[in-house]
Amino acid sequence: MSEIVSAPADQPVTLSEKTLGSIAELRGRYEDPRAALLPVLHVIQAEHGHLTLALERAVADAMEMPLTKVHEVVSFYTLFRTEAEGKLQVCICQTMSCMLRGARELLTHMRVKYGVGPGETTADGRLTVHAVECLGNCEAGPMAQIGDDYFGPLTPETLDEILEKR
Amino acid sequence: MRGERTEMPASEQRFLSALYTQEKMHTLKVARQAGAYAQAERVLKMEPADVIAAVKASNLRGLGGAGFPTGMKWSFVPPKGDRMHYLVVNADEGEPGTCKDKHIMRGCPHTLLEGIIIACHAIHAEKAYIYVRGEYVRPMERLSAAIDEACAAGLLGENHMGTGRRLVVVVHPGAGAYICGEETALIESLEGKKGQPRNRPPFPAIEGLFRCPTVVNNVETIAYLPFIFEHGPEKWSEWGHNGSGGYRLMSLSGHVERPGVYELPMGTPLMELIEKHGGGVWKGRGLKAVIPGGLSAPILRAEECADARLDFNTLRDMGTMAGSAGVIVIDDQTPMIDVMLNCAHFYHDESCGQCTPCREGTWWMYRIILRIAQGRGRLRDLDELVRIASNIEGNTICAFGEAAAWPIRSYARKFRDELAAFIESGERSREADWHHEDRGAPPLIQIEGVGMPGVRAGV
Repeated sequence: MSEIVSAPADQPVTLSEKTLGSIAELRGRYEDPRAALLPVLHVIQAEHGHLTLALERAVADAMEMPLTKVHEVVSFYTLFRTEAEGKLQVCICQTMSCMLRGARELLTHMRVKYGVGPGETTADGRLTVHAVECLGNCEAGPMAQIGDDYFGPLTPETLDEILEKR
Repeated sequence: MRGERTEMPASEQRFLSALYTQEKMHTLKVARQAGAYAQAERVLKMEPADVIAAVKASNLRGLGGAGFPTGMKWSFVPPKGDRMHYLVVNADEGEPGTCKDKHIMRGCPHTLLEGIIIACHAIHAEKAYIYVRGEYVRPMERLSAAIDEACAAGLLGENHMGTGRRLVVVVHPGAGAYICGEETALIESLEGKKGQPRNRPPFPAIEGLFRCPTVVNNVETIAYLPFIFEHGPEKWSEWGHNGSGGYRLMSLSGHVERPGVYELPMGTPLMELIEKHGGGVWKGRGLKAVIPGGLSAPILRAEECADARLDFNTLRDMGTMAGSAGVIVIDDQTPMIDVMLNCAHFYHDESCGQCTPCREGTWWMYRIILRIAQGRGRLRDLDELVRIASNIEGNTICAFGEAAAWPIRSYARKFRDELAAFIESGERSREADWHHEDRGAPPLIQIEGVGMPGVRAGV
């Protein structure tokens, strides 16, 4: 999933005082400060949109860990993104319960109406679609996570309504 | 109040769902009016050993899916020495078909916190981490707000509830990995690493988080503790069935009229859940099969469902498992090849890659099933799938191996006739096209006579 970022994106990044403050606070929550890596990466990603190698390096410095340890974590977990994403992420669950109730139609609809398949971003940079595994909302299948919120059961029409409002 | 409900018939009593469906129950004020923290106060005056004995007597089992007796798990924790002891609450809800823990975190977080206080007292822990899957942003917000309120009220923190001891609760976000629901992978992830399971022994009770004694329990398991102490462990055990105490939240999804989370006593007949609570199979269709305990549970054919009761031992004896009580209903118009393909993709996608039998085996199962779905299957593929599944089972560090092997093997065995007919027809499932277009499955090359694992070109 994660590729080594090419040189232009790899200019050194300096984290802001505020970010460094959040990192220090998060590290203080754990008996071993390195345990704060996942929450720290969430904070950095929320601020920058996605994690470049330069950001990983800055995190490694702030966390006093080797870069490889940061990179292997970033590349292991699906919520950490290494490429630019649209403003709104539409994660459509495709696992069994949602599949049985028509999850594929939602993906097809995104392709037909917005011209984007899984992993793709609309030309205006508004939406990125992801086909994801179980989001733990099986009772409302087929469902999607749009931004931070869960929506379901969805039809192509209700999905459109939600996307228009955002 | 809670106590009044004991006169109701067991099948109509509600505990967690009676709380989380009430508005504002996530606030401390409303939660306290409903009796929150009263049991914690009582339990804190008990000896930890007596608390463990009571939980053992209640027959409370691990509701994340493994069904391990909770009291026994706690009893493995060594006496308190110099090392910290930890409680880790597993809120990495991700077993497909399961959607219960988020209701607790969102709707009645103080019940969970009360359970945490009880559990921490029993195992001498002064710190608890709640590992919540990263996608549960809203439940995490509620949980964090509840912790802040509880700290401000002296229920958590230094000298919590006047005990002279400290109890700190920290919410930790995961980042999207099914495997982190496995307890040792969860501990690795909590320590800021890739979520790859650890070898056992040492078991977490001896050497877990930060190499200290650790108990990992599911959200629901912990959240039932206050009710067990309110009604008494004997009553809890009596309300259950066949070695599983009390109640649990059953997630019902798939082809039913009313999918949802239903709180029912252990041992509730499977068909009662589907018909009485779920309104039966949707669109007036017939029942084909049920996955009774989350995606990793072996499937039950419709004719087996009549005898199935939802408790750990009954389903184990039927060759499947109660797991996380994620019940997925499949109607008679669903081709089994589609179910199989979806399942195989999930485990192939989520294998952490640490153990070869699982990493390679899930890859092969997915590729073979995809080829069958594309209309290029061979009859011997069904035996091949059973063989691969059996080579994964028991040969991996964690139970993911079984979770991936058992369902696929059960589909290949129990629906052999249907799958064989599909293969012989040479038909192509629409799911297969979609796996190619939308899920990035590579195009397939078929070479006559080559199809055994080890020769990639064949699959």
